[in-house]
Amino acid sequence: MAKTEKTKAPGWREVPIGGVNPEAGNAVKYNSGTWRTFKPVWFNDRCTQCYLCWINCPDVSILIKEGKVAGIDYEHCKGCGICAAVCPVKPKKAIEMVKEEK
Amino acid sequence: MSKKLVALTGNDAAAYAMKQINPDVVAAYPITPQTSLMEKFAQYVADGEIDTEVVLVESEHSAMSACVGASAAGARVMTATSSQGLALMWEICYIAAGYRLPIVMPLVNRALSGPINIHCDHSDAMGVRDSGWIQLWAENAQEVYDNLLQAIRIAEDPSVLLPVIVNYDGFIISHAIENMHIYDDAGINKFVGEYKPKYTLLDPANPTTFGGFDLPDYYFEHRRQIADAMTKSAKVIADVAEEFSKICGREYKFIEGYRLEDAEIAIVALGSTVGTARAVVDELREKGVKAGILKIRVFRPFPEGEIADSLKHLKAVAVLDRADALNAVGGPLFDEIRAALYRKSDIPVVNYIYGLGGRDMGLGEINHVYADLAGIAKTGKIKELTTYLGVRE
Repeated sequence: MAKTEKTKAPGWREVPIGGVNPEAGNAVKYNSGTWRTFKPVWFNDRCTQCYLCWINCPDVSILIKEGKVAGIDYEHCKGCGICAAVCPVKPKKAIEMVKEEK
Repeated sequence: MSKKLVALTGNDAAAYAMKQINPDVVAAYPITPQTSLMEKFAQYVADGEIDTEVVLVESEHSAMSACVGASAAGARVMTATSSQGLALMWEICYIAAGYRLPIVMPLVNRALSGPINIHCDHSDAMGVRDSGWIQLWAENAQEVYDNLLQAIRIAEDPSVLLPVIVNYDGFIISHAIENMHIYDDAGINKFVGEYKPKYTLLDPANPTTFGGFDLPDYYFEHRRQIADAMTKSAKVIADVAEEFSKICGREYKFIEGYRLEDAEIAIVALGSTVGTARAVVDELREKGVKAGILKIRVFRPFPEGEIADSLKHLKAVAVLDRADALNAVGGPLFDEIRAALYRKSDIPVVNYIYGLGGRDMGLGEINHVYADLAGIAKTGKIKELTTYLGVRE
């Protein structure tokens, strides 16, 4: 699954003990966004920049650029739909869940 | 180090050891026959003698879970339980070992339900024998105290980092008062030392994740590491015992022979039954019967080589199991002793399942075993491989 892991995986003597992961934030190296059945689609023209999606996203997958919501990180988004559920914009939400295309 | 002769129950001895260890966190739930241990320990905390954070939980599953959390946070952690309590902890026991958390737990051995029973046997401990916990076994209150103090050092050694169970027989040891020595706080404090965790959740400079999902590409390696730590713990157990014996004068080994060197027949046992058997052996020796005992103090890691070496000169051996494996080849201790002797010795080895649910194991029962062994030694013939000793026909 690891995009960057091309070399042979480490043997049991080299792996940190206890399943402990001593490298903070290393999920950035992995594409863990392969589970979705629905994906969030963000509409810039409707977004009010309230950040509710960014606050609520459990996978830090709301992209922020220069202090503003700028889209979705599909390499880490699991498609849970929380961002779309909390989006307060009416009549049409700024994030909608759309079926993933295979 | 100054010592004092005191009369304590096994549970009081364990509570006193825990007081001197002064763990950062103890999460426990009361269960007979462990209850008076935790009552005594909680009293020390309530009286302000020590500053342990006692976490009162609603079940043993939560007790061990709280221990795992506290230990992952870098604390020195202890708990204690018996029987059903351990059964309820079971899945978290594997997690404690799997995360390499050096939790130390007195286990006051009691039969498992059902039918419900509160008295001693070893079914609880045998249920977690493969969970990655080191297992020490005590014969009396003194060994409960001594083993617990050593257990902390063994568990927390950087080459080990595995949890440790200190077993002792429910009621027989836990509630009987014996004379024993305790040592001064300062000396024990120095012996026990400070726990320096390898990884901790409360170190913001070195953030870590515990309990991540371990898929087929890494789980096997982590399990292999536990086996390696078990192997390496043997040297630590020996070193810690040697250091401790300099303080207390008592020798601690993986196994202990009693009148075994020149014996022709011997029994192998865990726990308080060894004490009873000593009396029988002394009587038999006076009658000229060359009887001996092999006591197993360390059951995990299993001291295969030492056991084989200490038994191979005998003419017949009986392994006493206070737990039944219900139609395996025999009880759990028997299976492993026989495996240890395989291709090293062809002496006849028989098995006795005894004392389930606190059934008394008296001098008569042990004499019966030695009489059987004398017959086997003479004829080389085994009538019954596994005998249920003391059950009513």
